[in-house]
Amino acid sequence: MSTRNGIHGLLAKARTHATDMVGRMWSGQFMDSMLRPGSPFKKGYTDTPRNRSYVIMNNVLYHLHPVKVKRHGVKLSYTLCLGGLSFFLFILLTVTGIFLMFYYAPTAERAYIDVQALSTDIAFGSLMRNMHRWGAHLMVLTVFLHMSRVFYHGAYKPPREFNWVVGVILLLLTLLLSFTGYLLPWDQLALWAVTVGTNMAGFVPVIGAQVKFALLGGVEVTAGTLLRWYVLHVLFLPFIIVIFLAVHFWRVRKDGGISGPL
Amino acid sequence: MPEIPEELLRRSAEAKAKALGLPVEQILAEMRGEAPVTEVPAESVDVPRPTFVPSPPPPSVPEIPPEPQPPDPASAPPPAITAVAETPPAAVKEPAPAAEEPAPAAPEAPDNGAGNGRLAATVSVRPSVPPAGVPEGVRHQRLLTVVKARAIQQVKADPTDKVNTWPHLMIAEFTALLAMTAFLLVLSTILQAPLLEAANFNATPNPSKAPWYFLGLQEMLSYFDPQIAGVTVPTVIGIVGFMMIPYIDRNPSTRPSDRKLAIMLFTIFLAGSATLTILGVLFRGPGFNFAYPWVDGVFFDDLKDWVDFGGH
Ligand code: HEM
Repeated sequence: MSTRNGIHGLLAKARTHATDMVGRMWSGQFMDSMLRPGSPFKKGYTDTPRNRSYVIMNNVLYHLHPVKVKRHGVKLSYTLCLGGLSFFLFILLTVTGIFLMFYYAPTAERAYIDVQALSTDIAFGSLMRNMHRWGAHLMVLTVFLHMSRVFYHGAYKPPREFNWVVGVILLLLTLLLSFTGYLLPWDQLALWAVTVGTNMAGFVPVIGAQVKFALLGGVEVTAGTLLRWYVLHVLFLPFIIVIFLAVHFWRVRKDGGISGPL
Repeated sequence: MPEIPEELLRRSAEAKAKALGLPVEQILAEMRGEAPVTEVPAESVDVPRPTFVPSPPPPSVPEIPPEPQPPDPASAPPPAITAVAETPPAAVKEPAPAAEEPAPAAPEAPDNGAGNGRLAATVSVRPSVPPAGVPEGVRHQRLLTVVKARAIQQVKADPTDKVNTWPHLMIAEFTALLAMTAFLLVLSTILQAPLLEAANFNATPNPSKAPWYFLGLQEMLSYFDPQIAGVTVPTVIGIVGFMMIPYIDRNPSTRPSDRKLAIMLFTIFLAGSATLTILGVLFRGPGFNFAYPWVDGVFFDDLKDWVDFGGH
């Protein structure tokens, strides 16, 4: 009996200590230092116009959003959230892509086996791979639809001309990211789709052959191409697209926020 | 007192010189404190009068009195644009007893802008106060220059109807993000991504198709000479042409009714690429020959599991 009491007492003590510590962290110096004034996660947050401004202004979000936006731009029916969804898909693709990288080696011997194992042996491997693949297709689609939405709104007109140019570069980078990823499973689908695709690049006169050679690292798809496209896919292109995304978002704000209303 | 930028000083001197009909250099010297201030008859000053100057001025007051002149050149008039209250340095107090008056009006002083008659009375009983139609407390103001409204700052943007990003926009974004995640999770649970046999350089599948977003191009390549379809259409029109859209379309209007041509052309482009892509994805079989998907089946591996849900 006394042992039970002892254990209970110990547990109760531990629990008090734990709640105490959490409580102290929540309202103490650590939380204060982490959450800036006006954070909705801070104790005693109230919904005031001032705090609504602080949520954005005192936050890393301020890099993306101004404190206030045009009322019509908030309506889902204006942007259809397509630009935002493209960006969010890019983030999802980064997360799932990092997961895939843990289990994948870009060599002709291992690539195919690794992808096979992902689909069968590895916990959540199949889900991650599927999300990465369908998400990539979806991103091409949303970026394309976003471009169409921008066109139909005439949102590329002054002062937003240059952001349209940045957008076209983003579209190209999105296609390149998708296309370089297409080769990586190293199955028949990957090999021959890439062969067909790069053959089309070879039709460009004057520089076509050189472009194709540079893309493939040879005259045809080889194991060297696999490594080359892997590096492009996981390192080079993401790096470049992030730079252009930063410019794109920055320009949306500097060009006076979202365009319109019509 | 802060240094006044040379060009500001010069500009106000020019304005004052123009108003008083005096040489600029002289006014400039006065402003720098290098020369005594010229006395000017009130009537000849045709600068816009501040509202507190009685109009018409009392005939008994012919002149604006000389202003206390700070001896220190560094304490030239402050860099204000319009009338500025000038507190003279302590050293000036003795030679210019008038300056000793506290800036806020004495009890019997009139409130600015009202009662000219009362003002004249006040002036008459207090000889230490300069007799001009200038009420107490504002004696030490002088007009440096007059700047037209909006000359310095132009407000270009009209006020628009705005809402707080938090919560209005953030909640919409967060909802879209959750919906997209849910959609992708469900999709990825139902549909297995394709994985065919290992890559084999010696076995070309028939048909061989590019990824779907290039299939429109591949479709065109099957109609035209590769040199045309592979170059002119995709790269020139597709890339350079697309980038140049904002510079080609000079029509400033965003109203759909004003941009019928642009909308028509883009819609043709969209419909065209959608048609070509669908043709390439669904209606091309072995040898990239025409095929009916409902008769010959679907020859596009990314779609295989979408059509028959059996997995592989
Ligand atoms: C990776 C691809 C892209 C991402 C993540 C992206 C993201 C965004 C976001 C978040 C916005 C804010 C408004 C909205 O959501 O609609 C935006 C606006 C804009 N985007 Fe994109 N975008 C991409 C590609 C493109 C492309 C391909 C184009 C055109 C060729 C483009 C042109 C524009 C323009 C002109 C605006 C300003 C629209 C306005 O003010 O209404 N973007 N983009």
